[in-house]
Amino acid sequence: MILEASNLQKTFAPKSKSPVHAVRGLSLSIQPGTCFGLLGPNGAGKTTTIEMLEGIKKPDSGQILFEGEPLGKRSREHCGIQFQHTSLPDFLTVREVLAFFSRLYTNPAPIDELIQSCRLGEFLDRDTHLLSGGQRQRVLLAVALVNRPKLLFLDEPTTGLDPQARRNFWELIREIKAKQTTVLLTTHYMEEAYELCDQIAIMNQGRIIAKGSPDALLKEHFDAVAIVLPEADFRKGEAKLGHLKPVPLRDGGLEIQTASVEKTLQEFIDAGVPLQRVRIREQTLEDLFLVLTGKELRA
Amino acid sequence: MIPLKQVFRRIYATWDARNREYIRDRSAMAWNFLFPVLVVLGFAYAFSGNDQPMFKVGVMIPSGKTLSALKVEHSFLETPQIQWVELAESQTMDAQKQLARHGYDLLWSPTHYWVNPSSPKGQVLQKLLLALPQPPLRQEITGEPIRYVDWLISGLLAMNMMFSALFGVGYTIVRYRKTGVLKRLKATPLSAAEFLLAQVGSRMLLMISVSSIVYAGTHLLVHFRMQGSYWDLALVLALGSFCLISLGLLVAARISSEEFAGGLLNLISWPMIFLSGVWFSLDGAHPWVKKIAAIFPLTHVIDAARAIMTEGATLMQVAPHLWALAGLSAVFLMLGAWTFRWE
Repeated sequence: MILEASNLQKTFAPKSKSPVHAVRGLSLSIQPGTCFGLLGPNGAGKTTTIEMLEGIKKPDSGQILFEGEPLGKRSREHCGIQFQHTSLPDFLTVREVLAFFSRLYTNPAPIDELIQSCRLGEFLDRDTHLLSGGQRQRVLLAVALVNRPKLLFLDEPTTGLDPQARRNFWELIREIKAKQTTVLLTTHYMEEAYELCDQIAIMNQGRIIAKGSPDALLKEHFDAVAIVLPEADFRKGEAKLGHLKPVPLRDGGLEIQTASVEKTLQEFIDAGVPLQRVRIREQTLEDLFLVLTGKELRA
Repeated sequence: MIPLKQVFRRIYATWDARNREYIRDRSAMAWNFLFPVLVVLGFAYAFSGNDQPMFKVGVMIPSGKTLSALKVEHSFLETPQIQWVELAESQTMDAQKQLARHGYDLLWSPTHYWVNPSSPKGQVLQKLLLALPQPPLRQEITGEPIRYVDWLISGLLAMNMMFSALFGVGYTIVRYRKTGVLKRLKATPLSAAEFLLAQVGSRMLLMISVSSIVYAGTHLLVHFRMQGSYWDLALVLALGSFCLISLGLLVAARISSEEFAGGLLNLISWPMIFLSGVWFSLDGAHPWVKKIAAIFPLTHVIDAARAIMTEGATLMQVAPHLWALAGLSAVFLMLGAWTFRWE
């Protein structure tokens, strides 16, 4: 294992408020060369967890090992980090920022290689405070890669980016993965986790509530697909469909879980439910989170 | 064993980055240069005409006597419009030096008075004394006058250094902490000591460069008096800047609010501006004010630099100030490094 954590606990105790148990007995292990996703809603404890794993915050209890050794100089030399909220020194150009960080490490990557791999060429001589959100994230990723990390931490790297910038960023992460760099990613975008992660752990209220590969977790928790239709259409045949258990959706529609699409559609026809606006969709990690926690992910 | 090459490489990288940041921040850099130059030129112009209106007389008080008691016995001491500065007999030599530089208009004791023949105000005061039924004996001290701007320049250079150290280092580190730059650096092999050393080095280079350029530039226009050694002055300013930067680091050790840091830095800097002798001499001030002023590093920088520039003092003569600066630096730096937090 490249990283192992066992029974991590972290509580914040603001003076005037009751203590917040951010992480409660969390354990995980990450295999080299994989992309591990830590998922959960805001406040689930993802950032506290990843900052403990990075060595930025000290856990109240528990143990963290990087390649079998406690965190320290060696882990700082071999881990790359992209924080959720961070700034770069003001008034330095992108090239200067990369040069600065590369000189802090023993075995830095060639700057030209970083420029190419993170596609920084077009704004290389621009001051960092003049970059757009997407450009900035690419620079921060390059800074995280400056030491040729064995393990790369990415804490919600695409939050706040537009869909195009987010997909471009995914491409970069795929390329990093292809070079056998281990990635630990936190996100609250389930699509992102599904696209990038080999293994995921879903967190809620400071605990991991499910762990495994995205497909395996979906298979484990769902033996059905979802049929979605407008509530008004369903009400037309409701009298004959009492055995189905529709779940209301935020957009006014209803969702019905079924193991046999054909059988359910036949029941709709028999009950007089119009099929023109019926949709069939596969379960997602978002559904999984809803099932596991009873909460929507971005609530 | 610590690989020293890597340590120096990291310190150099951080030092270099901070220097670049400073050079790019044109407004801050311009202010660092312009502020002291404008003040020097302003004061040189403002005081280029007539001398200041007030008379300043040093009163050598014999042991066992007080100024109030002397005033009862000597009507001269009741003369209005004169600032009386109480001096112990042990201060005679220093007072005579100041008289030579026109720091006093006259020195008086119950038996003697000392006057500088080239001081017009001294001549006026002498006429008052000679009009008395039993005037004290005359002693003459000669020397060229010091213009206010000659006296002021050391205070201005030191004050500019103080602002640069406290706000340039303290405020910058607080901003770094608030915006997460320090957190990002914490994740690298850079240690806190390496980071702090780089900040001190960068700011010292800057402060000494700025002070030298400001002094040289204004000297061309105003022609300051320089009685002592430039090397001694450089050493005093270097030690002073180190001490003030250390104070800045201590203030910034763990604060993450720019507003709070700004308030704290103002709280520290304003008393120093008024009580460290930047604008006016503390010779006639209450002894408690002098004691408070001795706590401030700025007082020692200014007193040592001024003594070198206007009196030609040697390093040995300003050694008490140098020791005070060294001691304060050690305390500030140790406390700053001990309490420093990246986040």
